[in-house]
Amino acid sequence: MTVELLTANHASATAATLAGRANRNARGFGGGLYPITPQSESIEFLCKQDFDKGELVRVESEHSAMAVCMGMSLAGVRTFTASSANGLAYMIENVYAAAFYRLPIVMMAVNRTLGPPWNIWLDHGDTLMLRDTGWIQFYCEDNQEVFDSIVLAYRLGEDERLLLPVLVCQGAFVLSHTMMQTDIPSQDDVDAFLPDLRLPHQVTDRAIAVGSLDRPRETEVHRKQHAEAMNRTWAVYTEVQDAFEERFGRRPADPVVPYRMEDAEIALLSMGTTAATVRRAVDRAREQGVKVGALRIRMFRPFPEAILRQHLAPCTRVGVIDRDISLGLGGVLWSETRGTAAPSAVVQSYMAGLGGGDVRPEHVLSLLADLRSRDTAGEPAFVETGS
Amino acid sequence: MTGATQESPQTGTGPLLRPGNTNCGGCGMSIALNVLGRALEGRSIQMVVPACCAIVTVGSYPASAYGVPLVSSTFASAAAVGTGLARAARMNGDPTRVVCWAGDGGTYDIGMAAVSAAAERNEDLLYVCYDNEIYGNTGGQRSSATPPGARTTTTPHGKLQEKKDILAIMAAHRIPYVASLSLAHLDDATRKMQKALDLEGFRFLHLLTPCPTGWKSEPAEGIELVRQAVSSGLYPVYEVESDGRVVINVEPDMSDDTLARYFAAQGRFRKGQVVLERVRASIDASWKTLRLRASNGEDDDRDA
Repeated sequence: MTVELLTANHASATAATLAGRANRNARGFGGGLYPITPQSESIEFLCKQDFDKGELVRVESEHSAMAVCMGMSLAGVRTFTASSANGLAYMIENVYAAAFYRLPIVMMAVNRTLGPPWNIWLDHGDTLMLRDTGWIQFYCEDNQEVFDSIVLAYRLGEDERLLLPVLVCQGAFVLSHTMMQTDIPSQDDVDAFLPDLRLPHQVTDRAIAVGSLDRPRETEVHRKQHAEAMNRTWAVYTEVQDAFEERFGRRPADPVVPYRMEDAEIALLSMGTTAATVRRAVDRAREQGVKVGALRIRMFRPFPEAILRQHLAPCTRVGVIDRDISLGLGGVLWSETRGTAAPSAVVQSYMAGLGGGDVRPEHVLSLLADLRSRDTAGEPAFVETGS
Repeated sequence: MTGATQESPQTGTGPLLRPGNTNCGGCGMSIALNVLGRALEGRSIQMVVPACCAIVTVGSYPASAYGVPLVSSTFASAAAVGTGLARAARMNGDPTRVVCWAGDGGTYDIGMAAVSAAAERNEDLLYVCYDNEIYGNTGGQRSSATPPGARTTTTPHGKLQEKKDILAIMAAHRIPYVASLSLAHLDDATRKMQKALDLEGFRFLHLLTPCPTGWKSEPAEGIELVRQAVSSGLYPVYEVESDGRVVINVEPDMSDDTLARYFAAQGRFRKGQVVLERVRASIDASWKTLRLRASNGEDDDRDA
């Protein structure tokens, strides 16, 4: 184990490199790579690494990047790619296809605002666009979490009970270009943690057709199997957390990370780096005697509904802070979580930091004041933070 | 256990295109598949087929009409999915060759970027374009391979534009092998199919494949139509080697009568805007260029 000063882009590529090399005694490692700001340094870093058994393909588009991963994964290769914002939008057809073929591809996404007009700053709207694609989704708060999530994503997605692709999200510039101390395990430890990939439906010389025509009853069965695999993620994730902790000496965070929720009457929900700011605001409000806590949703798919229901049961007011907007509705996280609070609770949507606005503790404190003043929830509220 | 896969008898124990498939009668693409199947002679392949008639050919899950392993890709992605399979095979020393099998829509149009990029990277792929000059399974809409004068469901008065010269486009990538194959000249077609199967790097083959449903032609006349297209000069049969050398494999007689019979036999050209003199002028111009490229002389300019 060494401690390195890494950006999240470099941490993600380091994790993919170690995980890729760990499959050298099986079918090897590879992927299709295509640059986009602010992801570029991740694939540049990867292209400088040496692999005993690796094939990195510099393709002409994100759509082909995922297609190359699909071809390799179908041949039993461990695969990685990375993208962001419009790149993910361009890729999305094959994002679905990869999941429908139940391929344990791992992708790092840098959360960035969709355009045009062009904006390269942090916004969660891009990966939330992928929420229904059948991928497991993690939203990370720091660079260590990005590294750890990518390493564990292979063990999770490749588990025969799941066979699911995994998306690991991190914030544009706030993490992608910010260096943090990151513990990097040895190759031996990663080798021991990650078994060789064995894809049950690997394409070999047998005359099988991967992907023909489905009639409604076949699609119903395929979707049901896929949904059941998503539901098995909870149990498998706990096992992976245990194994990771045993091997690396630190425990990856739970699907929902609570902060000062023990006696909280008010809960503030958020994802990604916003959660660190929310904790700061919670500390300040607690100093004033406000019984407020915070919940960070780390795993967004499968959606941790039961866990949220448990945490939110005692709360009378819930503020959901989204760095995204479903136009014509409100915050995406809000729309998904509002049914998990107690029926009598006030659940209010706040959209803060759209397009990369700098969400500061004072913004959170002001929306907290607004939430405390409400007897009923109102229209989703825009919190202006931009400058 | 998961996904749309189907176990079936071992590769090589039967025809590549199995009996009982649901393709239209007289389907030129089916004949082309049989050309590939006969050319294999024990060679191990994995096929990648994008969304097109050839994927409908597979049939409903869990059946497969193909006697070889096959991956269905999204419409634009055959060359990119094929890249992944081919790289995996190379990295692991697998003996299999990867064959992308796509129509004109998936090649000339939506798949162009992926095909061009795979050619530029000289991926170890055999890419076969079966060109029925139409979006077939979506109901017969125009593509950039549809010839001028042809009526389609989206050009009810006949298409106005020329079709792309896909062989010149692919040859401009300076890949190991580019060739057009005639279904009416099976010895030549089989030879080139086998040559392409055995070469390394990106190989591009093109076949004009009659579609009776879209061309409004007699199913039994498909091979005769290809013969007419070849002998009239409309469909040049040639190959381009890695050094740019062009070899013309079948000499046309440039017969105007044959050309007229080719157009008259297809309902898609009736009431269209086909002016035979104009077609002849266009054929003559492309042959002039082709002869120059084949002359092997100082005027030889493969990108001309």
